[in-house]
Amino acid sequence: MAGRVDAIFLALIAFSLFFTFAICFLIIYFAVKYRRGSKADRTTTAHSGALMEFLWVFIPFVIVMGLFVWATIVYYHQYRAPDDAFEIYVLGRQWMWELKHPEGKKEINELHVPLGRAVRLTMTSQDVIHSFYVPAFRIKQDVLPERYTSVWFRPTKTGTYHLFCAEYCGTRHSGMIGSVIVMDPVDYESWLANGLEPESMAASGAKLFRTLGCSGCHDVNSTVRAPLLDGVYGHPVPLETGQIVTADERYVRDSILLPKSQVVAGFKPVMPTFQGRIDEDELLKVIAYIKSLGKNVRVER
Amino acid sequence: MSATIEEVETQRTEENYLTADYGIWSWFFTTDHKRIGIMYMISITFFFFLGGAAATLMRLELMTPGGDVVQAETYNKLFTLHGVMMIFFFLVPSIPAVLGNFLLPIMIGARDLAFPKINLASWYFYMVGGLFTVWAILAGGVDTGWTFYTPYSTMFSNTSVILAVVGVFINGFSSIFTGLNFLVTVHKMRAPGMTWFRLPLFVWAMYATSIILVLATPVIAVAMFLIILERSFGVGIFNPKLGGDPILFQHLFWFYSHPVVYVMILPGMGVVSEIVACFARRAVFGYKFMAYALLAIAVIGFLVWGHHMFVSGQSMYGSMVFSMLSFLVAIPSAIKIFNWTATIHKGSLSFDTPMLYALGFIGLFTIGGLTGLMLASLAIDVHVHDTYFVVAHFHYIMVGSAVMAYLGGLHFWWPKMTGRMYPEIWGKLSALVVFVGFNLTFFPQFVLGYLGMPRRYYEYPAEFQVLNVMSTAGASILAVGYVLPLIYLVLSLWLGPKVGSNPWNATGLEWQTSSPPPKHNFDVTPVVKEPPYAYSEERNLT
Repeated sequence: MAGRVDAIFLALIAFSLFFTFAICFLIIYFAVKYRRGSKADRTTTAHSGALMEFLWVFIPFVIVMGLFVWATIVYYHQYRAPDDAFEIYVLGRQWMWELKHPEGKKEINELHVPLGRAVRLTMTSQDVIHSFYVPAFRIKQDVLPERYTSVWFRPTKTGTYHLFCAEYCGTRHSGMIGSVIVMDPVDYESWLANGLEPESMAASGAKLFRTLGCSGCHDVNSTVRAPLLDGVYGHPVPLETGQIVTADERYVRDSILLPKSQVVAGFKPVMPTFQGRIDEDELLKVIAYIKSLGKNVRVER
Repeated sequence: MSATIEEVETQRTEENYLTADYGIWSWFFTTDHKRIGIMYMISITFFFFLGGAAATLMRLELMTPGGDVVQAETYNKLFTLHGVMMIFFFLVPSIPAVLGNFLLPIMIGARDLAFPKINLASWYFYMVGGLFTVWAILAGGVDTGWTFYTPYSTMFSNTSVILAVVGVFINGFSSIFTGLNFLVTVHKMRAPGMTWFRLPLFVWAMYATSIILVLATPVIAVAMFLIILERSFGVGIFNPKLGGDPILFQHLFWFYSHPVVYVMILPGMGVVSEIVACFARRAVFGYKFMAYALLAIAVIGFLVWGHHMFVSGQSMYGSMVFSMLSFLVAIPSAIKIFNWTATIHKGSLSFDTPMLYALGFIGLFTIGGLTGLMLASLAIDVHVHDTYFVVAHFHYIMVGSAVMAYLGGLHFWWPKMTGRMYPEIWGKLSALVVFVGFNLTFFPQFVLGYLGMPRRYYEYPAEFQVLNVMSTAGASILAVGYVLPLIYLVLSLWLGPKVGSNPWNATGLEWQTSSPPPKHNFDVTPVVKEPPYAYSEERNLT
């Protein structure tokens, strides 16, 4: 992806150099030739210049629209994560990055990833707006409080790369830096296995699902009528209002914190809010658990 | 008896706006657009050097990768101070409130602006806004950046945000008053024969600028007001913890702050058109296209604010639309560059100080505009957004272009405003110093940005040091280039040779009245009989 971005950049540099040198050359050439007192021919033809004006509207127009289309196509691919991407959760806060692997391993200001595999980051902030920026991968995405944003990359070379916070976030903004370490897949596996084997994100989420009492209603054996969550993630959900929304991270989050805002069609708004009872870290775990409930099975109640 | 009357008559013609009245109150209560222009000039110069001092300290801090000159908190306050002072209290009022105030009525043959008292009120609002901002500095400073992004500014910063925001809010009224005044004046007060397509391009530029000032400024005022509501009274508007939306603030902020970039550059384009025509002794090529291009930039400029938010989390398709519209702004800008180049073709060129600044403007604006295309490209912007690439780009537009144009215009009309000529040698020298210093300061920042150095960084990885040292070295040269004119222009008030009404032998009504102009600009209302820039062989010879 970095190569494709650089290609546009180089094309634009070439275009800009041509344009700048052409203008500078003309200005300097005219400045010398038509300096006051020079003997240059100054008789002007009578044409209105309308043709010239048309040409220098039309030609730049075609060029910039071409550039627009090219850059937009690359952006589209930058924006859409491939389906095989594995997920890492990112929590930004003044002034550090917290990164969680699906297997449960947690890192601070460092992110280890295997070479060649697409990585999708699901990110949120605990306080102000931050921005996840890895210059070497040409990616950047703001990280917002109370909302999930995502960005993806596929590392193509092992090594250690800068990770910066790019959105000004207070006193130690320039200290909110770290590194992305791209490892050989074998090394990555041993790195992941190294040390105490923690619980995976989804397993922690499953525990929370029980301790917070979610399973009391959202379970097949429950007496309270609530939607089952197997296979919900990533699928369209019909709402009481007649709207249909996709069950993404944001929807799951809103359903936990603001359960009355988007009630599933056919159900009553009886769920209490979990605002204040669950923190950002736990939310990400519950979301990981709900994601793990299978994207392809759909159980009707 | 009749002899006495004649004597009085000659005295009256020699009297000018500077000598018409004496004493400090004759300035503070004046409604003369020329005097208000001078008052603005003195005030913006103060704020310019205040903002410049902050920039100097920042560049010193950035000479080394680690933090050493100042603390991180101080650094953050310095770049906030620099941005707020330079944008709201220098660049926005610079050409409109100084040169525009002074020249616009004279250029269209009017005795004053349509609402002289509102014009005076504009200066007072500007000063009160400025004092609030200075108060914010004295109270310990502000560390939010000039962008005041939420929720940092409303819920997290522990600095004097409210004072600075109130300052910006009040200052907004001065912009609106000036814009309103210009619009009405251009519509209603043109001299006989001064039709729309006989207006100098400087007046067209002021007209386009005024449209933006009147339509966009209320939005920043509202955004600032909402910040006060949320920060002081906890009304949830932007903070998601209170049910607000932080992105909403960015939309409101850039809905003003992008068009306001054109408030800084359009007047510069107007100034450069006047200067290029005069020193090439030719009518501006494609005059009507130049006028329409100014209006086109003003209109399209309102529709591109979202290009500041490509990585903010706004919708992908929204970003695509904003990207396309941003590319479109390049077209009218390109028209202007081509037409200036065509204007000097077959001209009879001389290279006095104003012309050097104007040619420098064209070169730097070309670079600023082309790097703008790179930023409009979605895929590239994702990478360079919030890096030094953006810093370099907008300094090419707002310092390289807008300040060059302001200085060029100041030299061009200095003899008209003061009746004295500045020293030409010093003028040329400082124009050269500014050009060299500027490029050395900001060109390395393009490279820094593409290599990935984020902006607003107090400390940075050591690999970026060489380019930062170059930039700091350039800044010291640039500082000399800005202090020199301050010294020789002030000295020229006493030492400069007196000039007649038209030292440049230029067209335009402002050159037909005496220098400095009389209190009511013209002894007899002028009648316009020719198109603008009627430079001809005969006029060239004189």
